[in-house]
Amino acid sequence: MLTIKNLHAEVDGKEILKGIDLEIRKGEVHAIMGPNGSGKSSLASVLAGRENYTVTQGEVNFDGKDLLELSPEDRAREGMFLAFQYPVEIPGVSNINFLKTALNEIRAYKGLPAMEAKEFLKLTKEKQQLVEFNANLMNRSLNEGFSGGEKKRNEILQLAMLDPKLGILDETDSGLDIDALRIVAGGVNKLRGPEKSFLVITHYQRLLDYIVPDFVHVLYNGRIVKTGTKELALELEEKGYDWLKEAEVHV
Amino acid sequence: MRNSNEIIDDIANKEYEYGFTTDIEMDIAPAGLNEDVIRFISAKKEEPEWLLEWRLKGYQAFKKMQLPKWQHFDMPEMDFQKVSYYAAPKKKKQLNSLDEVDPELLATFEKLGIPLNEQKALSGVAVDAVFDSVSVATTFKGKLKEMGVIFCSFGEAVREHPDLVKKYLGSVVPHSDNIFAALNAAVFSDGSFVYIPKGVRCPMELSTYFRINAQNTGQFERTLIIADDNSYVSYLEGCTAPMRDENQLHAAVVELVAMDHAEIKYSTVQNWYPGDKDGKGGIYNFVTKRGICKGNSSKISWTQVETGSAITWKYPSVILQGDDAMGEFYSVAVTRNKQIADTGTKIYHLGRNTRSRIISKGISAGQGENTYRGLVQVGPRAHNARNFTQCDSLLIGNRCGAHTFPYIESRNKSATVEHEATTSKIGEDQIFYLNQRGIDTEKAVALIVNGYAKEVLNQLPMEFAVEAQKLLSITLEGSVG
Ligand SMILES: Nc1ncnc2c1ncn2[C@@H]1O[C@H](COP(=O)(O)OP(=O)(O)OP(=O)(O)O)[C@@H](O)[C@H]1O
Ligand SMILES: [Mg+2]
Repeated sequence: MLTIKNLHAEVDGKEILKGIDLEIRKGEVHAIMGPNGSGKSSLASVLAGRENYTVTQGEVNFDGKDLLELSPEDRAREGMFLAFQYPVEIPGVSNINFLKTALNEIRAYKGLPAMEAKEFLKLTKEKQQLVEFNANLMNRSLNEGFSGGEKKRNEILQLAMLDPKLGILDETDSGLDIDALRIVAGGVNKLRGPEKSFLVITHYQRLLDYIVPDFVHVLYNGRIVKTGTKELALELEEKGYDWLKEAEVHV
Repeated sequence: MRNSNEIIDDIANKEYEYGFTTDIEMDIAPAGLNEDVIRFISAKKEEPEWLLEWRLKGYQAFKKMQLPKWQHFDMPEMDFQKVSYYAAPKKKKQLNSLDEVDPELLATFEKLGIPLNEQKALSGVAVDAVFDSVSVATTFKGKLKEMGVIFCSFGEAVREHPDLVKKYLGSVVPHSDNIFAALNAAVFSDGSFVYIPKGVRCPMELSTYFRINAQNTGQFERTLIIADDNSYVSYLEGCTAPMRDENQLHAAVVELVAMDHAEIKYSTVQNWYPGDKDGKGGIYNFVTKRGICKGNSSKISWTQVETGSAITWKYPSVILQGDDAMGEFYSVAVTRNKQIADTGTKIYHLGRNTRSRIISKGISAGQGENTYRGLVQVGPRAHNARNFTQCDSLLIGNRCGAHTFPYIESRNKSATVEHEATTSKIGEDQIFYLNQRGIDTEKAVALIVNGYAKEVLNQLPMEFAVEAQKLLSITLEGSVG
């Protein structure tokens, strides 16, 4: 699904990603952990095609396509979805109108006609229930004045609506209360399937109790310094990242 | 991969799609402005003596006036002697029905999306089509007549309803109001006239479509709308012009009169040719629009979507004379490339309990300059007058400008005047967020801009709101950066 080889990227002349290798196969869930500032969100941004990051080396293949050649919107239309760590507010644009536009743009890319209003409403209702999204928020301006938790839930609602091949969740758990965490994680679990992959960025092993990953990677100073299974997350919770600092020096 | 700067540049360079010209035989007066020209126009139109005299008074006032200096841009040189003040499609004989209109003209309006054939026309909208200086056709006249509604060209009103015209012409915008209004008084060509009798709710939208075609001419139409007691009318004007390298002057005057409990809703979708990306050519749009709420509990509402013209200079105003009268101004003004808009409103609270509401949304892209200029004046008799003003500016890119000049003059302590203003920019992170959901940059800008302008667009009659939305999207195509 996603193959990253020796990916280097910089922002404002400063190298942030310093050679990332990662392979995510269909149906797999990978978790990325790592200290603040290690480059987790940067990796997500580079994959999604944010303009201010420059890729200096390496290649990324997404489901058979050279990802780095695609515009951000085409990456999305090809099935890459990024649930943002900090979703932006867009005043004046209603949540529902935004969702409809996004959905139909992706459909148009695939050669499908715009979705009928009735079908769209049905789909919205169904997905709203999946993440127990407050229906009142649908007609409000996109994320404007939403609470932190509401914004995160909205990201997962969008993910559910747009049905991507790869969902990248950047700290979707932070800002969620305990019940919300369970609901959102439950929603993601229902979306899992043999054709869908997830890359979950988090600081807390708690999320991984709900969304059980196939692999856990530690990102440190722009590199993946350790890869393991879900037990690695427990170990990190216990020991922190310091012991890996040394590991990095040895590498 | 194209970056958003390139896309923005594209938007800024997008061509004007109504820029074609029509080949048709015209009667054109030689360039120049003097008493003889005014007599020529008046004679061509077979006008009564009182109207000629009024024109000449306008001309005398014009001669004594200077171009204004207070606007927030450099006034271009205007040589009033180089312009021809009369251009009209050659008429073969008096027209009795639409079938007799020159097919070339019908085709032109059809191409602009304004079919004048009643079968094809939007149901519920009656149109008066003005080509260069002259009204060429008015649709659904018969149907309106049954209800006593008068909707015709100005020239026809002078012939058929001279008492009404004589009574109200210049009663809201006097012949000496300002230099452009004075010029209009002297040389005005045609325009629309509306009278809604007492107690009648006009059953359809009335609409005038203005088209400038001839070269080296100006367009100087006048609109006069009178809504008698307890009546209602919704009126819409639209306009386009061919692409030409030289600037053309459009100096129109609109006068509205609302009597007791009457309501006039006046909407404009202004899409004159804006000039090319380097600022060459385009219409100079210097327009005086004013309404008077003469009667108690009357209401006048201006809605404007201004996307065209090289320079827009207009301040649709409302005089709230009657008690409990209400004035509204809703505006979206878009400037891109080198366009300039200096627009806003003036509201004069004279009566008691008068209310006004001003919503202005400026959008600047490219090197566009957008100025909101507004005056809210409360007179000593206007107890409990209330005004609310919301004035927002949206910037797209780094080379454009937005300015606000709100003036408030209150001479009554019981008045409440509120003013709110914001300036925002379309953020790269907003665009990226929408990109990441599969929406390309052009659509993303259109989505944000339409969302931003929604409160104003919602005021437009439905048929036109959709058009205006499209127009905003097209106008800004390629503007982000
Ligand atoms: N525009 C920028 N200019 C300079 N440095 C930047 C820029 N954007 C990000 N960085 C830096 O890149 C590094 C990685 O940031 P990133 O947001 O990817 O970290 P993260 O691993 O997601 O951290 P967190 O856990 O706090 O979310 C940080 O040191 C950050 O300051
Ligand atoms: Mg981060």
